[in-house]
Amino acid sequence: MYNKKAVMIGIVILVVLLSSPFWVGLFGTDYKETGVVKPNQEACVENAAFMRAQHMRLLNEWRDQALRNENRTYVAENGKKWEISLQNTCMKCHTNYDGFCQKCHLSNSVSPYCWTCHIIPTEGK
Amino acid sequence: MNTNRRKFLKVAGLSAFALSSGLAGLGTASDACAQLAPGSYGHGDKTAHAKRWAMVIDTRQFKSAEDYKPLIRACHEAHNVPDIPDNKNIKWMWLDSFEHVFPDDMNEHMSQRIKNAVYPLLCNHCTNPPCVRVCPTQATYKMADGIVAMDYHRCIGCRFCMAGCPYGARSFNFYDPRLYLPKPTNPRFPTRMIGVVEKCTFCAERLAQGLMPACVEAAKGKILFGDLEDPESSVRKALAENYSIRRKPNLGTQPGVYYLI
Repeated sequence: MYNKKAVMIGIVILVVLLSSPFWVGLFGTDYKETGVVKPNQEACVENAAFMRAQHMRLLNEWRDQALRNENRTYVAENGKKWEISLQNTCMKCHTNYDGFCQKCHLSNSVSPYCWTCHIIPTEGK
Repeated sequence: MNTNRRKFLKVAGLSAFALSSGLAGLGTASDACAQLAPGSYGHGDKTAHAKRWAMVIDTRQFKSAEDYKPLIRACHEAHNVPDIPDNKNIKWMWLDSFEHVFPDDMNEHMSQRIKNAVYPLLCNHCTNPPCVRVCPTQATYKMADGIVAMDYHRCIGCRFCMAGCPYGARSFNFYDPRLYLPKPTNPRFPTRMIGVVEKCTFCAERLAQGLMPACVEAAKGKILFGDLEDPESSVRKALAENYSIRRKPNLGTQPGVYYLI
């Protein structure tokens, strides 16, 4: 084989580069926290695990119920009543857009376009 | 060999029956309709109810275009409607002359008062809304109480509804409306975005809180709003006692906005 040394070095570099995501995953910084600033309220509409996983689906369901069926009240599993409104209910507690919504959306690389129409709360700015 | 073929045909026939009878699809179909949230949905306690909302505008009590200005301002401020200074403006409520508003009722030698007055226009919330028929995404739809509403999330900006509406009640957002709204006038209500169509909603969000529409409130009794199906309602009484006209009735859209002339 010609240029045995260079070829071998090249192969090693290639293997390291291709497998680099695994090395970063094994020895890199452990990704656990998004640094979300939680609001002061004790509980959200439903429990935290449900909200974390399903909030966008819940918002879509709220939208369809409120706009199409005029069902503008949601009674949660624990019996608490909520007015169905992103701006007037959700954002009443989640007033910190940059600290709450944006922190998590950025670290998960999602860019929902809620705010082209809905108005971001400006409290404390 | 023959018995095997017989068995095969039996199994194949049964499978075809099971698949085509919809039994196989039953599970997935019910999953798609299932509600996600563990709670339940309902109307608000304060919501104003009607079988068919309708509006009666007593134009005799308005003397000039100036008299309509507070109504338009109230509407546009309540819904963050921008004022764009060219022919791509957004209008939920606006004014026009008699010959443009009621082209079918335009006679020669008619009363100067009626002919020269201006008339307020808004979405007519038709019983047979052409905009709903032509919308390819069901972004605009008719609700059970007669209000023709819009879901801006679903609007793709095709503008079929603008072509379908015989009253010009729909406006397209050619620009980002926020460029013309430095500060939203009502922080409790959303704005719209570039590329969607918008129109008057009969203030469905205010009715849900038990309030009358913004223009009705600002008109201080000169505009009536109520249930057209209820013979005791203010709108039915006003229609029974006065001569009223509607815009372009020959089209058969059955508008829900009545004008006392």
